[in-house]
Amino acid sequence: MREVYAVLTLAYRDLMKLLRDPARLISSLMFPLLFIVILGGSMQAALGSGSSFDYIAYIFTGVFAQTLFQSAAMGVISLIDDRENDFSQEVFVSPISRYTIILGKIVGETLVAMVQAIGVVAFGLFVGVRLSIAQLIGLGWSGIVTCLFGAAFGVIILSNLNNRRTADQVFPYIMLPQFFLAGVFNPMQSLPWYLDFLSRISPMRYAVDLTRDIFYIGRTDYANAIVQGPAYNLTLMAVVFLIFLFIGTFMFVRKEQNR
Amino acid sequence: MTQPVVEVENLTKRYRGAKENAVDGISFSVAAGEFFTLLGPNGAGKTTTISILTTTLNATSGAARIVGHDIRREQSAVRQNIGIIFQQPSLDFNLTAEENIRFHAVLYGLYPFRPAYSTMPRAYKQQVSELAALLGLENEMGKPVKKFSGGMRRKLEIIRSLLHKPGVLFLDEPTSGLDPLSRRTLWEYLSRVRRERGTTVFLTTHYLDEAEGADQVCIINRGRIVAQGSPDQVKAQLTETYLLIDSQERNKLRDELRRLKVEFTETASFRINLHGNDVQKIIKAIETPLSLVKTHDPSLEDAYLEIIKES
Repeated sequence: MREVYAVLTLAYRDLMKLLRDPARLISSLMFPLLFIVILGGSMQAALGSGSSFDYIAYIFTGVFAQTLFQSAAMGVISLIDDRENDFSQEVFVSPISRYTIILGKIVGETLVAMVQAIGVVAFGLFVGVRLSIAQLIGLGWSGIVTCLFGAAFGVIILSNLNNRRTADQVFPYIMLPQFFLAGVFNPMQSLPWYLDFLSRISPMRYAVDLTRDIFYIGRTDYANAIVQGPAYNLTLMAVVFLIFLFIGTFMFVRKEQNR
Repeated sequence: MTQPVVEVENLTKRYRGAKENAVDGISFSVAAGEFFTLLGPNGAGKTTTISILTTTLNATSGAARIVGHDIRREQSAVRQNIGIIFQQPSLDFNLTAEENIRFHAVLYGLYPFRPAYSTMPRAYKQQVSELAALLGLENEMGKPVKKFSGGMRRKLEIIRSLLHKPGVLFLDEPTSGLDPLSRRTLWEYLSRVRRERGTTVFLTTHYLDEAEGADQVCIINRGRIVAQGSPDQVKAQLTETYLLIDSQERNKLRDELRRLKVEFTETASFRINLHGNDVQKIIKAIETPLSLVKTHDPSLEDAYLEIIKES
């Protein structure tokens, strides 16, 4: 029971830290705002008017998944410098297991990302994405799946990093390419084989595709927007989630004390 | 004799890729209720030692026990029995003082988690209000920590670390970054805590004056223990009283000292280490007229500065 309380405490702390820091909340919504409103809006105006392709909806769903995936992953990776920071120092010397710390962080960063999801949905509505209640609920649970998946990705990256400097250095290599290989903005239907290969090894792709699976159900442009069906994406994400989580946590815990 | 609260045996740490040991085979023990100080210049290995003893870092070799628990095999029990004040503030500045305390209490298994103060158990509320009264912060517990002064934050951390009644309280250079007044209030508060609760205190510092009130001082330099014991014993180990003499007729004096078999070193004047010898006896034996006679009794600070200079 105590470890459960600890997970709740750690998660609640992460959430409160975000809510009490309006500047951070706003800056975390800056990129989704730029992507959806400016990029999405201009693409739709320039290219969407004559074709049947709904750029706004495509970019909205892509950015929704990308924002949650990245927020959860980077949130977990922040454990790298937590040993020297604020209350986190306390967490590392408290009598709770290291596995509890990772779990609490995953739950906490999921909550943090879901707060941002509310902002992303608001931007979507603002630029004219039409959302039914069913779609909203669908985005809710695909969002949670995306966060957990992103957090597990964060754990495996974290377990291979030594300090904040390397974390900042690897960011452009592990996150930015995925923006384009996951199909956040650009369609993924007919890629040359080498790009297709790179796309398939980008974890973010499956989160983006799952989000579109849910969002586009029943729409006439379903086939144009998605790459694989929900069952495929979910199964793959579940397997990779477990692999990342177990190997990553094991490596992190072992490395943490053997400096 | 009661069992020591902290026992360290031949503890060694070499960081990965490092050429030298950060901590090099140190041993000491701290009795219950004792005020122990690990004194040394920056980079001497103090924080490494404290990190190992508080289980956030594995030692390369050697062993240590805290309140009877092995630091490697019984990490959880060790953590439950220690309180730590870190060099860097360990508070969430955007959260309230009460929240910082509440999270600690839940992580140490003292109370169940509740998202709001009002729904926490009565015993918790009582404990918090008692602590707040002790600090004179009755009306501040709901305020974010960023509104607190540096000294108040430190006090809040000490209070928090005592919440789970640890057997030993570790403080890693707790006064760095505090102004003189906050420093003094902090020491006053700490000694009150020691008086009232009998908490064992394990302090690291690079300020000599903070070590002077300790029951036991351990001076560490380059990972090794240089001197160990009560402040008076350490002083005796590190300092040596010597006699300085000089004469207008230096050659004559030199010959005479050799004849008398008195060991000396000759610099601007003649320095004779006393090694417990009687000053008067030496002076009496010398017949050459002396132009200078001076005994020198270095302070502990002189000795400590010597150590720092060497590193």
